[in-house]
Amino acid sequence: MKHILSQIFHTGKFTMGFCIFMGILLLMVFYPLINPGDPLKIVSIGTFARPGTYISLYDAVDSRLNTLKLDEAPANRLESVLKMEDRVKMVMWFEAVEIPIGHLNIHDTEALLALWEEHYDSTVRPEGMTKADRNYFQRLDESLNRVLVTKEKILATRDASTAELQEIRAIEDTDYVNLKNVANVKRLPLGTDNFGRDVLKELVAAIRTSLVIGLIAGTIATLIGLTLGLISGFIGGIVDDIIMFVTNIFTVIPAFVLLILISYSIGQDQRGPTTVAVVIGMTAWVWTARAVRSQVISLRNRDHVNLSKLSGHNLFLIIVTDILPYIASYVVMALILQISGAILAEAQLSMLGLGPKTTEVPTLGLMMNWSMLYTAHLNGYWWAYFPVLLTIALISFSLNLMNTGLDQVFNPTLRD
Amino acid sequence: MAKELCLSGKNVTKIFGFGDKKTIAVNHVDFNFHVGEFVSIVGESGSGKTTLAKMLLGLIHESEGEISFLGKPRDIKGRKQKREYWKDIQAIFQDPFSSYNVFHKIDAVLLDCIKMRGGKNLPHDKKVEMMTEACSFVNLKFEELTNKYPFELSGGQMQRLMIARIFLLKPKILLADEPTSMIDACSRATILDMLQNLRNEIGMTIIFITHDIGLAYYISDTVYIMEKGNIVEYGPAEQVILHPSADYTKRLINDVPKIHEEWDLSTV
Repeated sequence: MKHILSQIFHTGKFTMGFCIFMGILLLMVFYPLINPGDPLKIVSIGTFARPGTYISLYDAVDSRLNTLKLDEAPANRLESVLKMEDRVKMVMWFEAVEIPIGHLNIHDTEALLALWEEHYDSTVRPEGMTKADRNYFQRLDESLNRVLVTKEKILATRDASTAELQEIRAIEDTDYVNLKNVANVKRLPLGTDNFGRDVLKELVAAIRTSLVIGLIAGTIATLIGLTLGLISGFIGGIVDDIIMFVTNIFTVIPAFVLLILISYSIGQDQRGPTTVAVVIGMTAWVWTARAVRSQVISLRNRDHVNLSKLSGHNLFLIIVTDILPYIASYVVMALILQISGAILAEAQLSMLGLGPKTTEVPTLGLMMNWSMLYTAHLNGYWWAYFPVLLTIALISFSLNLMNTGLDQVFNPTLRD
Repeated sequence: MAKELCLSGKNVTKIFGFGDKKTIAVNHVDFNFHVGEFVSIVGESGSGKTTLAKMLLGLIHESEGEISFLGKPRDIKGRKQKREYWKDIQAIFQDPFSSYNVFHKIDAVLLDCIKMRGGKNLPHDKKVEMMTEACSFVNLKFEELTNKYPFELSGGQMQRLMIARIFLLKPKILLADEPTSMIDACSRATILDMLQNLRNEIGMTIIFITHDIGLAYYISDTVYIMEKGNIVEYGPAEQVILHPSADYTKRLINDVPKIHEEWDLSTV
């Protein structure tokens, strides 16, 4: 046993797949401890908040202020207002009113601004420029002025009865708050989804559900396939014919079509994750049964099976002690592939809207489904679907790698 | 040697497959094995020896014909009858390396035999004593074997352990299917010697299947020669081998390499 384990971990493929899978498992176990709470809680109003750290402005103005004199502050501020596309537009304005810009470098902020301040006039109406464009340039000019002229800002409350504003504090451009002093800081490493739910938290919960679905479906499929394969391979004759007839029927009908039909007929209300897992398991056993059957047929005429018969062992005992241990490694590999296949099947089914009930649990497929329905992929909200995609790929990749690694150990012809 | 019949067959036939793929492995074969006899069934590869052996063991059903056991037609349809039948007939197979379940320890193999003889509820000491006796019969030390797996032994040791198993079971008939073909000449002599001992001590009928006609001559009372599913010649060993009547038997005898003569390959 120890020897086999060391041999298995000696193959790079298995070790790599195992590490990836363990990483995913560790994330699944430990992230909810760091960040507890309901994974489906809606945290943001509005859809698809970008990934990042969110600081409560309300709390920030009440925090202790420090004055920092930073030389780069105005430039940074300007940078956040003056985007590349604004610069290009500014140059377009210069060209429209025929101002010679000479060798102006578009990245040279100071020169660009100097030229702009010198020449911009909101009353000029260059030929061919639409009103919308002129308004755009006015807005740009205003925001530039706001940034360049660092006036203090007044924080005030409104008196309830007189509706007069009462000044609380003036905020200078050199006022800073320490992030640690702000009472409410929310980190959303993967932003929020279409409902405003924390994507990372949801993803971790979804991994758990999907793995459970995979495990249940994989186990059911392997058990059905193994039992039928063992019976039909070992007993043979008419039993074999009947079982193979059923198996062939299931082989001819694509499992996925069957899956869609069954899921559809079950109905939205009845489809929990367990139901979906059972349905997937019921449709995926076919090739396991065929493969196990052929392995058993090659085993059943071995001498040790004959000897076991001669020793008066009954059918069940022979199957369990003389056949099963010999194909155990193969069955484990089949189980791994079944789990990986079931996770993918759930994702496919959910993308069609036939997965588990959509509001109660997150699964990897459902996350994909929702981000697709809210056109996240067309609007560039990558955080809503790309991490999910990557997770599905990694789970499937790691399981398949482990399978290949095991195959290398148990199938001597593949050993390098 | 007017002895009572132990195992006999009439028109025993085995056909594999249907139609074009039909293969007649054993073709309407008659035989009479007597109690306490050492019978050899000799033939080249593919002559149907092993198929006949498996039918005798009841591992496969005969397509046609009838096999009688101790004078009565044998009835092994039910599981219970089979169990009873296998108390009386046991086998040693050709390849010792594949005869054992590699997941079972040697103790389990031997304990199984004690259990089959109805010794399930014996005290542990008694069981150990029986196993030790069986092992010493085949020149093995049980203390060295206990808690070991069969694949840790050599081929000769494994085959000897097989005989120890037979010693524990004490069946009426032993079917040895080329038990010596996978092991070296020295071990072969030991194994054959032990088979002879078994017969002498327990009065077992031994059906010895081999492709080596020289070996058959050396050990057996009666020889059956099989060619392509048919029994072409049978009788006392001396008569069949020293005065063969069938061409096939002559060829088999010619094919045995002899040390002081040039090997005649013309008949091959």
